Amino acid sequence: MSETAALEVRDLHKHFNELEVLRGVSLKAQKGEVISMIGSSGSGKSTFLRCINLLEIPTSGDIYVNGEKIAMKPGKRGVATPADQKQVERIRSKLSMVFQSFNLWSHMTIEENIIEAPMQVLKLSRKEALERARALMDKVGIYEKRAYYPGHMSGGQQQRAAIARALAMEPEVMLFDEPTSALDPELVSEVLKVMQDLAEEGRTMIVVTHEMAFARDVSNKVLFLHQGLIEEQGHPDTVFNNPESERLQQFLASSY
Amino acid sequence: MLDLHGYGGSILSGAVITIEVALLSLIISMILGIATALAKLSKSTIAHGIAIVYTTVIRGIPDLVLMLLIFFGGQMLVNELAYMVGYEGYIDINPFVAGVLTIGFIFGAYMAETFRGAILSVDGGQLEAGRAYGMTGLQVFRRILFPQMMRHALPGFGNNWLVLLKTTALVSIIGLEDMVRVASLASGSTQKPFTFYLVVSVIFLVFTSISVGYLQWLERRYSASVRREA
Ligand SMILES: Nc1ncnc2c1ncn2[C@@H]1O[C@H](COP(=O)(O)OP(=O)(O)O)[C@@H](O)[C@H]1O
Ligand SMILES: [Mg+2]
Repeated sequence: MSETAALEVRDLHKHFNELEVLRGVSLKAQKGEVISMIGSSGSGKSTFLRCINLLEIPTSGDIYVNGEKIAMKPGKRGVATPADQKQVERIRSKLSMVFQSFNLWSHMTIEENIIEAPMQVLKLSRKEALERARALMDKVGIYEKRAYYPGHMSGGQQQRAAIARALAMEPEVMLFDEPTSALDPELVSEVLKVMQDLAEEGRTMIVVTHEMAFARDVSNKVLFLHQGLIEEQGHPDTVFNNPESERLQQFLASSY
Repeated sequence: MLDLHGYGGSILSGAVITIEVALLSLIISMILGIATALAKLSKSTIAHGIAIVYTTVIRGIPDLVLMLLIFFGGQMLVNELAYMVGYEGYIDINPFVAGVLTIGFIFGAYMAETFRGAILSVDGGQLEAGRAYGMTGLQVFRRILFPQMMRHALPGFGNNWLVLLKTTALVSIIGLEDMVRVASLASGSTQKPFTFYLVVSVIFLVFTSISVGYLQWLERRYSASVRREA
């Protein structure tokens, strides 16, 4: 495939002082692909996602978004830092993240949450941003809640609002960090349904999840992370039905 | 009617000076306070160290002593420096400027504590969400951190403001013609101290009451998102 990947990560390493959390992780997502990342708690999944949009600064490794490499420079004591903060901001605006704990802005209504970044970062007019927001709130089924503050909504509604907020940036790639883990069990499916719709309309998505059924049915590729390394990866059918590594077999056995 | 022996006009212009000193000091103290709070929370050991020294020193010395120290010390320092660069004359520091700077400097340290607590009460994940969508540091501060920290800062901030307003009475000792000084001069020449200090007290009470009302309105505004009915 000669087409430029929507997202490519090459040999990513991340240390927290002595602790080596990522030990060379690579990933390539073509446009429209959905990649699920699974692995036990502490294996480095969140750190990997957070390195992609530079909420954590990778110790080494390269990240390309739509072929554009994020420029790094050596900083104090040999620790790499982003070379150009403007580039970081531009790249981040193309990578929308959905967080486990929603992280909606609690002092703004749902509608205000959704128009905020498009107006501040993409410099859309209020009118354009509102049009976008209303279509998205309708899509994720929270239009009637548009004037609510996040604190007055259920977890499932908040996460759907957060997904609408992420979509409002019209991102190249969406990063999901365990979007259903903080939800009461009966609210999980309403969020997964929205995510499945996004997958079907051809969004590029990297999804860290404990929802094995979602990983199996919706993704094009599954990565199993273990202690900072990709232990196994492949088509969901292979990964789930014929896992090669013993660790993955154990992990899957404990996840059902 | 209260007989002010012709001092009514001067007391009014003194009241204006009091308000001017208070508001300008407030602005300085807020800027210093937020900067110091951010310094205390920053990873830089130098910024952190300076902030600790500043707040410890200011909070450990009585305001009156600090005022005199900064005013006379500043006066000496300025003249010393002027002499060193070859200036022969004597430079008088404007007491208005000195008063505003001193009070702003003192209350910056108190504001810093209020703001530090308020910043810590804001959910870090929400700030991170701002950065994750490509907002600049300034946008995250202005749009997310500041409006949320204000709700937590307002009670302490309001308290600091009331104390600051009353502390402006100290500028009278460095020769500024605020209403307290006017009252002191007027009582001296008329032998009616009770009358003049009563008037000053009432004016202070009016200022503080207006402030309390306005602060309550602000608190309601900044807590709109946590009220029961949205
Ligand atoms: N900011 C941090 N400072 C130090 N250690 C961290 C930090 N963030 C994560 N870690 C450590 O990195 C490891 C991987 O964490 P994480 O990426 O959150 O795993 P996962 O999302 O797979 O559960 C854990 O051991 C965690 O304690
Ligand atoms: Mg995690």
